[in-house]
Amino acid sequence: MHWTNRRSELSVTDMVLLATRSTVGKKTVMAVTGIILVLFLVAHMLGNLKVFVGAESFDHYAHWLRTIGTPVLPDSWYLWIQRLVLTACVVAHIWAATVLAVRARRARPVRYAHRRPVQGSYAARTMRWGGVIIALFVVYHILDLTTGHLNPVGDRQHPYGNVVADFAPERWYVTLFYVLAVVSLGFHLRHGMFSALRTLGQQTAAGERRARGASLGFAVALCAGYLSVPLAVTLGLVS
Amino acid sequence: MNLTLRIWRQPDPHDKGRMVTYRVTDVSPDMSFLEMLDMLNERLTLDGEEPVAFDHDCREGICGMCGLMINGVAHGPERATTTCQLHMRQFKDGDTIDVEPWRARAFPVVRDLVVDRSAFDRIIQAGGYVSAPTGSAPDAHAVPVPKADADAAFEAATCIGCGACVAACPNGSAMLFTAAKVTHLGLLPQGQPERRDRVLDMVAAHDEAGFGGCTNAGECTPACPKGIPLEVIGRLNRDHLKATARPTR
Repeated sequence: MHWTNRRSELSVTDMVLLATRSTVGKKTVMAVTGIILVLFLVAHMLGNLKVFVGAESFDHYAHWLRTIGTPVLPDSWYLWIQRLVLTACVVAHIWAATVLAVRARRARPVRYAHRRPVQGSYAARTMRWGGVIIALFVVYHILDLTTGHLNPVGDRQHPYGNVVADFAPERWYVTLFYVLAVVSLGFHLRHGMFSALRTLGQQTAAGERRARGASLGFAVALCAGYLSVPLAVTLGLVS
Repeated sequence: MNLTLRIWRQPDPHDKGRMVTYRVTDVSPDMSFLEMLDMLNERLTLDGEEPVAFDHDCREGICGMCGLMINGVAHGPERATTTCQLHMRQFKDGDTIDVEPWRARAFPVVRDLVVDRSAFDRIIQAGGYVSAPTGSAPDAHAVPVPKADADAAFEAATCIGCGACVAACPNGSAMLFTAAKVTHLGLLPQGQPERRDRVLDMVAAHDEAGFGGCTNAGECTPACPKGIPLEVIGRLNRDHLKATARPTR
C-alpha cells in the first residue's frame, strides 16, 4: 500500500505522479492553474477598460497585443504562446475538477434521506456548475469577440466597433448573458481564491479571515471591472 | 414530550435498508438522545421486535463511538456536541426526527445505525505514530515545546475520530480527521522525524479508503463535536506540498 516508502528510487515522472496522484495533489493542480488563469483575468479586465479612453486607444491596444515580444518573437507568437498556456491550464483545471467530482460522488453511494442544505457559502456550493457555465461562456465569448463569428459586425481590425455593436441596447439578451457569466465568475473566484490559498498552505485562523476577505474583495473588483464595459455600452455611455 | 422517529433500519450490510417510523411517548427533555433510543429499544424488545442497533460507549462525549445523522446534521442540532451529550430539550413536543447512519463508501453500514469506521484506523496506521527511543523514560522537560505549538497540537489532538466530518462533508472526505492527526503530530518536536512520510502515507491511505477529496467547503468544522478548526487542513496541505517538492530527506 505505501508505495511512497520507496522514496529514494523516485524518477522525475514518479515525482509528477506523486504530486498529482492524491486528492490533495489534484487540488494543488487546481490552485496553481486557477491562479494563472486569474492573472490573465486581471490583465484582460484592465485591457477592457481602455474602451473608456476611446475607439482609437482601444483598437491600438488590441493591435499592440499582437506585437508583444517582437522583434525577438515573430508577430502574434507571444499571443499564441499565452493561448497555449491558458488552454493547458483550463484543461488541467477541468480535469482535476472532474476527477474530484466523480470521486466525491462515488464516496457517498447511498444518499441521505434527510439532508440539511450545505451550510457553506453559496459560492462553495456552486463551484462545479458555476465552472460549467463559465466554460460555456468562454466558448461563446471567443466566437463572439475574438474570432467574430457570432458578432454582428465581426471586424477584426476594429474591435471597438465589435464591442459597441455587441452590447447595443436592442441586443440586451447578450448583455444579460455576459452579466450572468461574469457574476458566476465572481462567485467562482470568491470560493476559488480562498480555496487555492488554503490548498497552497494558508494555515492560521487570522490568515483565513484575511484570505476570505481578500477573495471577496478581489471577486467584487474583478466583476465590477468586467461588468462596466458591456453595461456602459448598453446604457449609451460608450458608443 | 411525544415524538415521531424515522430511523434507518438495515439488518445486514447486504440489505437495501429503509426508513422505519416509530412513535415514542413520555420522553423527558432531560434525557440524552441515546437514552431516548434506549427507551425505544426497551419497548421494541418487550414487543418482541429487533431493537435498533447504534454505536455508543462512554456517553461522556470523549470516546468517539456514538454518531448519528439527526435531521441531516451530524450529531444533531447542538454545536460542538456528540450525540450522547445531546439532550432532548433541543427538540419540541410533536417533532418528527430523522435518524440515519453516517453515509460514506468508506464507512459501510454494519447494521441499522452502526457503521464500520476501520478506514480511520487504516489512516492512523499509515502515519499516526512517532518514533520513540526505548530505555528509561526521558525527563518531562527534556524537549521544550513552545506554548503556542503545544496549544495548537492539543486542539488538533482533541479529535475523537467519530467520523462526523466525513458524514457532513458534501464530498465524503475525511480530510479534517486526517489533517487533525497530521497537525497534532507535526507541530511537536517528537513528530518531526516522520513528518514528510506521515502526510504522504496518511493522504494515500485516506484516498485508498475511498473518501472523497477536500474542496474546502467548510462543512466539517461546524459538525465536529470537538470544533477542530478548518485551518488544520491548510497545515496538511503545506506539509503535503513540502513533502512532494522534496520527497527525499
